[in-house]
Amino acid sequence: MSILDSKIPSGALSTKWSSYKDHIRLVNPANKRNIDIIVVGTGLAGGSASAALAELGYNVHTFCFQDSPRRAHSIAAQGGINAAKNYQGDGDSVFRLFYDTIKGGDYRAREGNVYRLAEVSASIIDQCVAQGVPFAREYGGLLDNRSFGGSQVSRTFYAKGQTGQQLLLGAYSAMSRQIGKGKIKLYKRHEMLDLVIVDGKARGIIARNLVTGSLERFSGHAVVIASGGYGNVFYLSTNAMGSNVTAAWKVHKKGAFFANPCYTQIHPTCIPVSGDHQSKLTLMSESLRNDGRIWVPKNLEDSKAIREGRMKPTDITDENKDFFLERRYPAFGNLVPRDVASRAAKERCDAGFGVNATGEAVYLDFASAIERYGREKAKISHNENASIEEIMALGTEVVKAKYGNLFQMYYKIVDQDPYKTPMMIYPAVHYTMGGIWVDYNLMTTITGCYATGEANFSDHGANRLGASALMQGLADGYFVLPYTIADYLADEIRTGKISTDLPEFIQAEADVKAGIDRLMNIKGTKSVDYFHKRLGKIIWDKVGMSRDEAGLKWAIDEVQKLRAEFYSDVRIPGTVESFNPELDKANRVCDFLELGELMAVDALNRTESCGGHFREESQTEEGEAKRNDKDFAYVAAWEYTGKPSEAILHKEQLVFEEIKLVERNYK
Amino acid sequence: MKLTLKIWRQSGPNDKGQIVTYPIDNIEGDMSFLDMMDVLNEELIVKGDDPVAFDHDCREGICGMCSLFINGEAHGPDRAVTTCQLHMRKFSDGETIYIEPWRAKAFPVIKDLVVDRSAFDRVMSAGGFVSVNTSGNTVDANAIPISKIDADKAFEAATCIGCGACVASCVNASAMLFVSAKVSQLALLPQGKVEATERVLNMVRTMDEEGFGNCTNTGACAVECPKEISLDNIARMNREYFKAMLTSE
Repeated sequence: MSILDSKIPSGALSTKWSSYKDHIRLVNPANKRNIDIIVVGTGLAGGSASAALAELGYNVHTFCFQDSPRRAHSIAAQGGINAAKNYQGDGDSVFRLFYDTIKGGDYRAREGNVYRLAEVSASIIDQCVAQGVPFAREYGGLLDNRSFGGSQVSRTFYAKGQTGQQLLLGAYSAMSRQIGKGKIKLYKRHEMLDLVIVDGKARGIIARNLVTGSLERFSGHAVVIASGGYGNVFYLSTNAMGSNVTAAWKVHKKGAFFANPCYTQIHPTCIPVSGDHQSKLTLMSESLRNDGRIWVPKNLEDSKAIREGRMKPTDITDENKDFFLERRYPAFGNLVPRDVASRAAKERCDAGFGVNATGEAVYLDFASAIERYGREKAKISHNENASIEEIMALGTEVVKAKYGNLFQMYYKIVDQDPYKTPMMIYPAVHYTMGGIWVDYNLMTTITGCYATGEANFSDHGANRLGASALMQGLADGYFVLPYTIADYLADEIRTGKISTDLPEFIQAEADVKAGIDRLMNIKGTKSVDYFHKRLGKIIWDKVGMSRDEAGLKWAIDEVQKLRAEFYSDVRIPGTVESFNPELDKANRVCDFLELGELMAVDALNRTESCGGHFREESQTEEGEAKRNDKDFAYVAAWEYTGKPSEAILHKEQLVFEEIKLVERNYK
Repeated sequence: MKLTLKIWRQSGPNDKGQIVTYPIDNIEGDMSFLDMMDVLNEELIVKGDDPVAFDHDCREGICGMCSLFINGEAHGPDRAVTTCQLHMRKFSDGETIYIEPWRAKAFPVIKDLVVDRSAFDRVMSAGGFVSVNTSGNTVDANAIPISKIDADKAFEAATCIGCGACVASCVNASAMLFVSAKVSQLALLPQGKVEATERVLNMVRTMDEEGFGNCTNTGACAVECPKEISLDNIARMNREYFKAMLTSE
């Protein structure tokens, strides 16, 4: 079993990054003009990297499968972005952000990477404001902050419930400027289908033009994978319909290790599934848990009556409600981290207390917040004798100002007014902490191939805190990769233009073509979605919120069988050389069908519970997650060998020098 | 619900295209409009027919990729939503629904309901940015206070999702609402003021070159805009434009 080299610089934690940057090699401006870099993906990680690298003078070739870089799914992030600015003077610091992130990740992330992330976080806010990102401000004209789960300070910058949109449009603006200058060449509606390796180095990609259907070859001196996470392996998730693992999986198959695939984040507050035809789940921001109380009926009979439509939630008195998070975790109550809140909701629903027709929903109730705010408002306006109706109306206005757009979104989808009746919520797949293994330079185990943002595994350990994904995507792209990639490219200044007529390119293209032809020639009877939905159900049931040995073994077996069935019975209409969305989907689903198996393999290996990974066999007497630092304080990096179930495990031992490992306790 | 769908089918940019009728059954009110399109396509695939091509991605109203012209309205009959957020409860049993692509010279059809909106990206490359390098060595974010009123107005303009509903709804296929939203956002903020003159001239020139029509103040764009971008932005852009015409060198 080999030992992976994380290349964390030596020295004190707080000076590692600055002294490393001081000694890293550079590429002079004249030489940068002769170097090509390929970036796959245009979300926060890919968009920011493309802009920053082009500004430095490299020739950047950027790819996205959507019709514009501005569509990437970073756009849907709602709540905010963390930064250790300490504008509120509430005791925040780089160290505290670092500490909260390591602890929130259940001690399964690297100290060196996370400290660097906290260190550059403040520059992200400066940079975005300079680009014209309209963050929320106070009346004095300075930036506003709010608090998020897992921390005791207000360090989250936001733009209403659309922070991701504003940050992505900032990165897209920066890209647009370089596109106008010709420094970024943009390839829209293009999907990367393979990585080309020449003499052991990543030298290009094969991409399919999704409009014409033709395969195209592109060369570069380095390849950056910024293609996001793999949450769509579950079919139903909060990801966009097109979000996929294909680019990441292709580099994995070419030699990049895939780390911790079992670490997936199930977000507690999403709108529940309504029926079989549903294609996607919608998140309700974590910020709602500041004011909403989560409950199910105390009596099984009441839950049953609600499910059958004989009773309404507003008919139940407070004595007959079970505020289960407040009951189980009195210290943190409704603000426990995401993994804890999700499991608690599942436990109640599994016990039969779920509240919508499917039995898979709990209430998120704003009535007491509306009343509290209403009383405050009435007092401020000296209306001491306000009726309860007046108080509720005043409180509704306050809640509307805070969460108006989210309440409107809920109303449009569910057709119920959340100001008057509690929201129904249920956990849904939201983010994947696992991803391509990278070292401190963000380089994968393939020389010259990098991975940034959600596509890599590096900063969130086993559970990501709210408002940290945007921070990591932009940190990687704006402030880390532009430095670390130069250290590698310093050796490439004499290489010259790389020909796409090299035999490696021809072979890679032929392999991709053979794969597509194989899919098209199956001519079976079932649609791609039919298989994707079945895969999603297997993964959700057995590799979802809680896992056990028997279930995982069953899942590995089932996914293998499903994959075989897919390759004998899938039906893809249309032709290869045309605009063919069904073929695009098939190309993605065949990779999910392999990844799903590896997720189960990884989850089976990790017999401890940590963060988003809960093993039934590893829990305390009270049913809480039980971590095992002695045996599992490592990153599990898997090497592809031809079959996901036969992947070779490489362990990177995590070393904690600054932080003492303790049990996470929210009671 | 039982519905009759009348859908625009066009095999490629050079095909003439036509409306084709598809009956569909068992549609529930809780389905989104695109869930309904998925059901139709599933039926077509199993039958061996060519599924209907349409653009979509996030399915939560923010990416701007979905783009259907439904019963003569961009994103359908509901207000302040995109097609992916439109639910079938807005329609009634037995109804006939017409589904067409965005129609504008600057948005050529790729296939069926999918159009090419690259013109928007080119307008953005002409000036939709602040020329600042991403070095991180800018001034502290709180060094320049911005009044909350201006910041909020800039934010409202910045919520544009670039879907193109404004162009599709306009009798002139004008892109004024889209372009003015970006011009306004940056003109309202001190960071964007430095380049305001060049920006508005370059963006408007590119908009015209791309073949978008002019604005005749019908206001349809703002009514159909899923993000409720206000006509005030067009007024602000006109002001910026006249100022730039008079003062540019």
